[in-house]
Amino acid sequence: MRFGRTHPIALTLIVVAAVLMMVPLVWVLALSFKANAALMADTNSVFHVPYTLANYRTLFGDGQVFRWIMNSLIVSLGMTAGVLILSSLAGYGFARLDFPGRPVLFVIVLLGLAVPEQAVIIARHQMLSLVSMHNTYAALILPGLSAPFGVFLMTQYFRAIPRDIDEAALLDGASRFKVFWKVLLPLTVPAQATLGIFTFLSAWNDYWWPLISATNKQMFTLTVGIASTQMNFAQTEGLGFLMAQAVLAGLPILIVYLFFQKYIVQAVAGAAGR
Amino acid sequence: MADAFSEPTAPIPVALPRKRRGDWTNALFVLPYLIVFVAMIAVPLGWGMWLSTTKSDLFGTEGFVGLANFTRLLGDPIFLETVWNTFYFVLLTVPALAVIGLALALVLNREARWAAVLRTIFFASTVLSVTVVTLVWRLVFLPDSGLLSVVTRALGGTPVAFLNSETLAMPAIAITTIWWCIGLPMVLFLAALQQVPRSLYEAAALDHASRWRTLTRITLPAIRRTFALVLIIEVILQFQLFGQPQLMTLGGPNNATRPIVLFIYETGWRQWELGYASAAAQMLFAMILIAAMAQYWLSSRKEAR
Repeated sequence: MRFGRTHPIALTLIVVAAVLMMVPLVWVLALSFKANAALMADTNSVFHVPYTLANYRTLFGDGQVFRWIMNSLIVSLGMTAGVLILSSLAGYGFARLDFPGRPVLFVIVLLGLAVPEQAVIIARHQMLSLVSMHNTYAALILPGLSAPFGVFLMTQYFRAIPRDIDEAALLDGASRFKVFWKVLLPLTVPAQATLGIFTFLSAWNDYWWPLISATNKQMFTLTVGIASTQMNFAQTEGLGFLMAQAVLAGLPILIVYLFFQKYIVQAVAGAAGR
Repeated sequence: MADAFSEPTAPIPVALPRKRRGDWTNALFVLPYLIVFVAMIAVPLGWGMWLSTTKSDLFGTEGFVGLANFTRLLGDPIFLETVWNTFYFVLLTVPALAVIGLALALVLNREARWAAVLRTIFFASTVLSVTVVTLVWRLVFLPDSGLLSVVTRALGGTPVAFLNSETLAMPAIAITTIWWCIGLPMVLFLAALQQVPRSLYEAAALDHASRWRTLTRITLPAIRRTFALVLIIEVILQFQLFGQPQLMTLGGPNNATRPIVLFIYETGWRQWELGYASAAAQMLFAMILIAAMAQYWLSSRKEAR
């Protein structure tokens, strides 16, 4: 298939599909530049001037959105760092070291891959309520650190590194931790990138856990914040403002995607096809 | 996977000074993760199972009720409706995602610049969060000023309130979801297509095989397993439908778009019937587990090959 020229009908269809993919986003972008009053009077006004930055001015003047973006950044970066550290340590341990119960423990961790969030979220919520941890960054980050995918990925990656490399370093008298830190860890950078991007993206887009854990407006992540303003959707007066918010929430991640596309696609596909 | 735990036996150097086998201090490397695993997966899983056999609310547990929550679920018309809704949604989205994903991959599996640009476009929506996606699509489906209404009116038709219609709301959510999720099946199929040996296509070209024959006799059989994997991955993902109806329709109209996960959320965090919500969560877990086992079985067969 990959040699021949693309059939004109297939080409037409796929270009139409690509346009359809983009139309909703362009629509939102266009609406965000219209005054609410103009939209209220006639939605078709979106197709002609005047356009305005008023919605963005209101958004930036409010400041709430920046607080949410900050929260999302802290939670996503914290979770990414935590997952990378825990998964690398555990991956090295499972791949290279021997200790009592290791095979059983590894199987138990692998079984954790099959546990969906829904099966544990109620108890997690109760446990963190008991220790009064809700509405803290720690509570938003902690559940994400337990995902077994990273341990699985890093264990596979450490196993693929030839043993001669660490045996040589051990013979030179390096400690276990030094071998891990100085010799093997630098070799795992590609896996760290995959795991890091995947974790960051899932943390940034996570919805259910922050929805129930962060009930204080000041602790909302961006996804929950945007959701909270959607609730009063019925009043069309806020339409342009809502759109500006959608643009602000969606555009940065789309720009990041354009720059790191290759790695993001690899990370997402790798996590699904494990 | 069976051989994953048997270490490749490395030559043990005679001169190695320290004790190596079975040293418990080695476990310190896995300990930090294991603590989080126990605290955030193992204990909550057990706790959730125990909760599902109790009558519990916001203020605590009132007592053990055995399987009463489960029998109540099976007789609860709203829960049964959410099960049906979830299956209906999976049926609407998963085959479409697999077929469209495959079609996109087949056309875009080439090195041309335009193909790269289109791949970028089709994957872009995947990186958005559910709240942005639903915000965008509510603006499309809005009765008076939505994009679809504007287009319908321009074409001389009468706009339809998709999200307020019992029959159209779920298809509308399905379309939103397909738009959001089409990137993943596409890249999984693209990866599979890259694995098909070039020599097969060269042989087909030598035989002057038609485009269609090459597709049906070489390409499709070669990616059969990926097709099955995509189906299972998407079933597991779409089974967990939550944010789209929660944000677009609140499960309405008349429960028509309420899936299992939304039922769990509302029972747990709106009515605070934690025992009952846990029981529903266990039912969902059992259903997902069956699908996950099928995926594991398929992918381990791939490794064994």
